[in-house]
Amino acid sequence: MSYNIIVLAKQVPDTRNVGKDAMKEDGTINRAALPAIFNPEDLNALEQALRIKDANPGTTVTILTMGLPRAAEVIREAMYRGADAGIVLTDRVLGGADTLATSYSLARAVNKFGNYDLILGGRQAIDGDTAQVGPQIAEKLGLPQVTYAEEILDINPKNITVKRRLENGVETLRAPLPCVVTVNGSAAECRPRNAMRLQKYKYAASTSEKAKLSEERQALLDKRDYLNIPEWSAAYVEADPEQIGLPGSPTKVKAIENVVFTAKESRCVENNDEQLEELIKELIANHTIG
Amino acid sequence: MTDNNNLIVYCEFDEGHVADVSLELLTKGRQLATKLGVKLEAIVIGDNLEGIENQLFPYGVDTVYKVADKRLYPYTSNPHSAVLINLFREIKPQICLMGATCIGRDLGPRVSSCLHSGLTADCTALEIGDHKDPKTGKEYTDLLYQIRPAFGGNIVATIVNPDCRPQMATVREGVMKKEIFDPEHKGTVVELDASKYVKPEDFAVEIIDRHIEKSKTNIKGAPIIVAGGYGMGSRENFDLLYQLAETLGGEVGASRAAVDAGFCEHDRQIGQTGVTVRPKLYIACGISGQIQHIAGMQESSIIISINNDPDAPINTIADFVITGNVEDVVPKLIKYYKKNSK
Repeated sequence: MSYNIIVLAKQVPDTRNVGKDAMKEDGTINRAALPAIFNPEDLNALEQALRIKDANPGTTVTILTMGLPRAAEVIREAMYRGADAGIVLTDRVLGGADTLATSYSLARAVNKFGNYDLILGGRQAIDGDTAQVGPQIAEKLGLPQVTYAEEILDINPKNITVKRRLENGVETLRAPLPCVVTVNGSAAECRPRNAMRLQKYKYAASTSEKAKLSEERQALLDKRDYLNIPEWSAAYVEADPEQIGLPGSPTKVKAIENVVFTAKESRCVENNDEQLEELIKELIANHTIG
Repeated sequence: MTDNNNLIVYCEFDEGHVADVSLELLTKGRQLATKLGVKLEAIVIGDNLEGIENQLFPYGVDTVYKVADKRLYPYTSNPHSAVLINLFREIKPQICLMGATCIGRDLGPRVSSCLHSGLTADCTALEIGDHKDPKTGKEYTDLLYQIRPAFGGNIVATIVNPDCRPQMATVREGVMKKEIFDPEHKGTVVELDASKYVKPEDFAVEIIDRHIEKSKTNIKGAPIIVAGGYGMGSRENFDLLYQLAETLGGEVGASRAAVDAGFCEHDRQIGQTGVTVRPKLYIACGISGQIQHIAGMQESSIIISINNDPDAPINTIADFVITGNVEDVVPKLIKYYKKNSK
């Protein structure tokens, strides 16, 4: 049995390693100083999809990403690791979307894609940490959801069995297909790039990237369909303009502030026996310890 | 029963006890409801709910909705979503709060998607205030300000939902304080018939197995925390922190960077994406002090920072700064504690 799997992936700024140069002098974020990366938990989701593909020949794994045209980078990265194809949902009118408008837009793209058995995605993206888009897509498509997935234990044409990692334990669920599964960072790491796949897909290009290529390379893409990464617009996926982007977002950002902590008057304790013993005595005397 | 425009908290419970995070939200919810002049309501969905209201009333709850059905425990997404969606269409709350737990973060988005109401995840503060739309100039009064860190904790955003109801927000455990409102406070109980809210097809997902592992660590309640950062260098070096914690009668915590590097387990992570703590004493070892970490420990009574770098950002919020190697300093602290304590 083979399956058609959609993996939702997002290109995100690497907020985990925010260095001193990440903030500009005026206190705003210097996005240029943050590299754009494959959202880590989406890679965990990709691995789960590829394991199903390994075990079920004929399975296809398609990456769906919404973002700027450069998000085609995550699709190529996924192709190097084992994905078959990808779609970039990109349109100016999709910008400024909150999670609800984002999930609506992605759900429209999933509908346009049509024939799918399973939708996988990371639990959350590191730029927002909301974990909302997965369940919201499930609701918009009228599908069941399994969140916090750690391992897909079994899949058959009717249903999928998934182990979930919760705060205080483990739960195993069986859900009917199609459904949406969001995968935790505690799941298996994604396999690395495969050298042969790298050769095969290195010239893969999105519609707008293709337009900038030499005639020779364009001809190559015309000849090899699998190298083409289509870009879908809001109109193409028949999205209601009222429900996308900023107008379609019920939440509005009222204010953004930089985080400033009130500095305390610190006392320096020299790293020598005498002063460290004094510190301990003081903490014992005021009942902080002991 | 159609009492509209109130503030409702979705309450989680296990083994007959309402979860701390829910009681924390009721405490905050009581303050917000009083400010708005509306009722504080709570909803509990599950099985064996007899008397559960007695745990909720002291927090100032005016109405407890109980939906009992053996199929509603343990939690599954669709049935609990269906109850909230259908009930909210009836009672039209203006605000709904839930814990940013595995349950709340699974349930909240599904409900908000169906009702097209905005949801803000992992809020660190909730306030009531006014808003003027910068484009249309339309003015709104008494909106819920949903304040949350964004962009890896480097900025704090205030989010509002001007037009959609309910205004929904999730909050992590430990972020709000739990406080009894009035031990004698009494409200009313409304028992709802599950079959009016949930359809049989909502039970399509089946729980095959469930292992509850009680959390081995209790860093949230520990009076003393010895926390290590990326500067500890290795998992082995964390042993020193366990020794100090054991000597002082505390727990070991870690920064996100140390957890990501594999030096320490995830359930010990302190910060915006981990646990928020307020111990009597916080000893930060080799922690530089990224904003997202500081946000989770800045309310500690006394903070000691041990770091090689005299300019580590965490030093600005520390009461005592020890510049030096953790490997040098910690054994001395252990030695002098043993010498001076009785």
